[in-house]
Amino acid sequence: MDFPILSSLILLPTVGALFLLFTKVSTIKSQQTIKYVALFVTFVNFFISIYLWYLFDKSIYQFQFVEEKIWLDGFVNYKVGVDGISILFIILTTFITPLCIISVNNSIKSRLKDFLIAILILESLMIGVFCSLDLVVFYLFFEGGLIPMFLIIGIWGGERRVYSAFKFFLYTLLGSVLMLIAIIVIYLTSGTTDVVKLYDLGINTDYQNLLWLAFFSSFAVKTPMWPVHTWLPDAHVEAPTAGSVLLAAILLKMAGYGFLRFSVGLFPIASEFFVPLIYGLSLIAIIYTSLVALMQEDMKKLIAYSSVAHMGFVTLGIFTFTQQGLEGSIIQMISHGLVAAALFFSVGVLYDRTHSRLIETYGGLVSLIPKYSILLMIFTLAAVGLPGTSGFVGEFLILIGAFQDNFIVAAVASLGVILGAAYMLWLYKRVIFGELKNKQLLTIDELNKSELFILICLTLPVLFFGFYPEPLLNTVEVSVSNLIQMYNNNLIISGNSNG
Amino acid sequence: MEISLLFLPLIASIISGFFGKYIGDRNSEIITSLFVIVSALLSISIFYNVITNGYENNIVIASWISSGTLNVNWSIKIDPLSSVMLVVVTVISALVHIYSIGYMTHDPHKPRFMAYLSLFTFAMLTLVTADNFLQLFFGWEGVGLCSYFLIGFWFKKDTANAAAIKAFLVNRVGDFGLALGIFLIFYLFGTVNYDEVFLKIPELVNKEISLLNNSSPFAFLGTEVRSIDIICLFLFVGAMGKSAQLFLHTWLPDAMEGPTPVSALIHAATMVTAGVFLVVRCSPIFEYSILALNVVTIIGMSTALFAATVALVQTDIKKIIAYSTCSQLGYMFFAAGVGAYNVAMFHLFTHAFFKALLFLGSGSVIHAFNNEQNINKMGNVWKKIPYTWIMMIIGTLALTGFPFLSGFYSKDAIIEFAYLKGNTTGIIASYIGIFTAFLTSLYSWRLIFKTFHGKFNNEEIKKEKIHESPIVMILPLIILSVGSIFAGFLFKDLFIGLSDNFNFWNDSIKFLNPLSNEHPPLSIIIITPILVILSIPISYYLFIKNKKITNSIVEANKFLYNFFLNKWYFDELYKFILVEPAKKIGLFFWQSIDVKIIDKFGPDGISKLVKFFSLKAKTFQSGYIYQYAFIMLLGFSAILTFLILN
Repeated sequence: MDFPILSSLILLPTVGALFLLFTKVSTIKSQQTIKYVALFVTFVNFFISIYLWYLFDKSIYQFQFVEEKIWLDGFVNYKVGVDGISILFIILTTFITPLCIISVNNSIKSRLKDFLIAILILESLMIGVFCSLDLVVFYLFFEGGLIPMFLIIGIWGGERRVYSAFKFFLYTLLGSVLMLIAIIVIYLTSGTTDVVKLYDLGINTDYQNLLWLAFFSSFAVKTPMWPVHTWLPDAHVEAPTAGSVLLAAILLKMAGYGFLRFSVGLFPIASEFFVPLIYGLSLIAIIYTSLVALMQEDMKKLIAYSSVAHMGFVTLGIFTFTQQGLEGSIIQMISHGLVAAALFFSVGVLYDRTHSRLIETYGGLVSLIPKYSILLMIFTLAAVGLPGTSGFVGEFLILIGAFQDNFIVAAVASLGVILGAAYMLWLYKRVIFGELKNKQLLTIDELNKSELFILICLTLPVLFFGFYPEPLLNTVEVSVSNLIQMYNNNLIISGNSNG
Repeated sequence: MEISLLFLPLIASIISGFFGKYIGDRNSEIITSLFVIVSALLSISIFYNVITNGYENNIVIASWISSGTLNVNWSIKIDPLSSVMLVVVTVISALVHIYSIGYMTHDPHKPRFMAYLSLFTFAMLTLVTADNFLQLFFGWEGVGLCSYFLIGFWFKKDTANAAAIKAFLVNRVGDFGLALGIFLIFYLFGTVNYDEVFLKIPELVNKEISLLNNSSPFAFLGTEVRSIDIICLFLFVGAMGKSAQLFLHTWLPDAMEGPTPVSALIHAATMVTAGVFLVVRCSPIFEYSILALNVVTIIGMSTALFAATVALVQTDIKKIIAYSTCSQLGYMFFAAGVGAYNVAMFHLFTHAFFKALLFLGSGSVIHAFNNEQNINKMGNVWKKIPYTWIMMIIGTLALTGFPFLSGFYSKDAIIEFAYLKGNTTGIIASYIGIFTAFLTSLYSWRLIFKTFHGKFNNEEIKKEKIHESPIVMILPLIILSVGSIFAGFLFKDLFIGLSDNFNFWNDSIKFLNPLSNEHPPLSIIIITPILVILSIPISYYLFIKNKKITNSIVEANKFLYNFFLNKWYFDELYKFILVEPAKKIGLFFWQSIDVKIIDKFGPDGISKLVKFFSLKAKTFQSGYIYQYAFIMLLGFSAILTFLILN
């Protein structure tokens, strides 16, 4: 057996967390030290994941680096592995987490150690989600992620943190209970929860619709899709910067990933059946939340609503079952992971200085903090989906995929692109441009080194993948075409058996 | 050579944008101007090469997106059509760069300004040299972005910011159409490369797609339409947005909030002509769609007329020229609509010179009047700023189509070809063209007379203080005026020559049926120049000599006057039917649906319900044994009853 690289990726942050747990933190200096420890661990993890990408063979669709350990007496096994789809999400996770840790200097004032532990544990769980190949293992990681996030919002959040934390927790938990039941049903009917085996066995078509709905209820809440999206703005508003970033950049992606891996992979026939539902909800998400975003007065809420709209594109793209649509969805998720992270970091920068998230507090910042203004402009444009940014590649591929399936859906979704430009540019204008009205802003500081580092780290991939998305597209290509192949084969088989 | 031509402006932009602070204002100006001048020289040499040797090239720089069957490259396509655009873009851009050095002297953000100008040039070049629709779209959005930056350049002005956002959004509406067109092209042809698409077009001529019905779930209206018609109409919506045609024109006059050099470069000579370029570039598609061509003609001529009527009553010098641009773009479109793509390109070419000249000239006037833009507050300064005055006169003569200046050749050709097209829309278009030419002449001379002649009407600035602009501003004007005078005469054979043995355009423009080479009746040929010449004394009389008549005309037609003055109330209409409802709906979705319904009955409702029941349940846990015993007794009896009954 080769070196268990995936398990190391999963475990390393936890080991770091354990180390921190047993460290005594008393002085300011030791606070710095534990931060460096956490940073070191996550950086190492990032480089391991990059190395993993380097080792990864893009030309085969099978899962790679598979590890299997007997667990629970053999009836549930610990099984992990990656394909072209999951590897990108792992890298996204290991890339965003260190940036979050760098940012704590500016935003977290109390209980730093506990915060770092929560983040490290969360990283372990998130990586676990993206590489588990067993439904039970997946479920554990997926739900486990709730706990650290619940704590991050509940302890380090804003004024209404408890309400938001519970709303977040209840919403997501309620959805997941059904998924758990579905997993049990799958075990009882198919005799295994091993995803790879299930792909080959197929799920009995009689149950598929119900099972699909059970999984859907969990993923829809997490995506979040309309109408179960209302936890997101609250959670974002109250969460500390690093929490918002992880929530938007990675936790939301778990659902999109879940749709790809489980809904489409395991229940192709039901997926086909529910396409109108997904299309309908995605379009509502795109148009409805864009309009809501237009009217927001709180910057974080605005970006939260825009996340819902962007994720609407993702779900739309996945259920087109076209190469472009699926690849577009993945690119869109990666891109949104970078851009939403950057936008929340940017809002955090202002919040740390003025303690206000309200748009009306600001205005005329451009001459005071030009570097910040330039970087925020780049992210705004990426959120708007301007060509040359990663946002464009994703949205464009999704729309071109959707168009091949349904003209009207693509056309309505394209309208969302206009609205997206409206709320983002209006936000930018009100915060950055205009006459300086609030005299308190006169003393506002330009980005410090760590903030600048974070934002530049996010700018580079956004622009690079905008001009040259090949590395991403290459990585996912074979896995995606295999997924579509599987989907089509299933449809043909079921068509034959019905006919 | 092509690569350096394309990337020099980008490099200049990066240097000036990111390092402007370190290298200083003057160096930023010099570097950007120099790089763009080199770019312009390269363009000219390529253009020359295309003319003399029929040079064509298609360079692939790198792969951009490849997903499934979709393969898109970054590329540079040189053919007659793109070479013309290269010359227009880089030459005007170079002149505007030089002019800006003088115009922006007192601005604190010079490097940023120059960086935007160069970046715009780069984006425009990627647009015109694309060999596929996606790169075109990249350039298309890129120029839109630079336009947004430059309109909002004076970021403290709220009106400038609003105008910038408006320009971006209205353009996005157009882009929405263009994007759908590209999606449809990919859907039908499986590629977005020009050459491959154009090759496959004839196969599709009679193909009908049941639009709205390529998948069952949302099937309704099973309308069957010709796919080529739909493609063309979508592409044209994009063109309408960028080229400010009727219904999507509202952003262009507002865009005058930007600095004047920007108006000259972006909103007169280059970016706004991208729509025309798109239609001409897609001539192999449009040629097969009579419906789309008719729509192009009708929108074109309506815009030409509409904008001219509005220009007639405006008082802001830049807005008059902006509406004039709108109107001239209308000419180009109806030229393309009647199938005379080469004539459209010819007018685009000549228009770039004289419209840039007029804008830069007006910039010089505004400069002289210390940022005053209202022509009612000018007058009688032609002796004070003689160079500007002469240049503006040349620009006006060229614009109005005064005989033997450049506008004369291109505009009259448009009217003639429209007439020769022979169908109803063509003939109506030619009549509207003639009438609009008359209006054009009226409002242009009104501008000249009110600005330079009559009484001096400005109270804030003394007439003695009015001064001529520096040489860096006058020099570009001189070059442009040379172009305005000679471009038409020199290039008319090349662009619209009818000789059979030499076809400059080669395959870059497709004519399904060769253009008619008959001559229109003499009356059509001479009426425009006559009207144009007559309008000079008429407007002198109306606007200088006898203003009472003008005023009484205005009084007599108060309604029409207000209608024109308020730009046909398009802004108010859009605000009423689009902007306000969008805000109201957004607020409704948020406050009423999200908060009052979803949250109230969803999470909050459930938690209230749970709380309610647990409060009820709590009362059972009273701690009194007799209560528990009583409950137990009840339970026992219930079970017993159940068992007995069974």
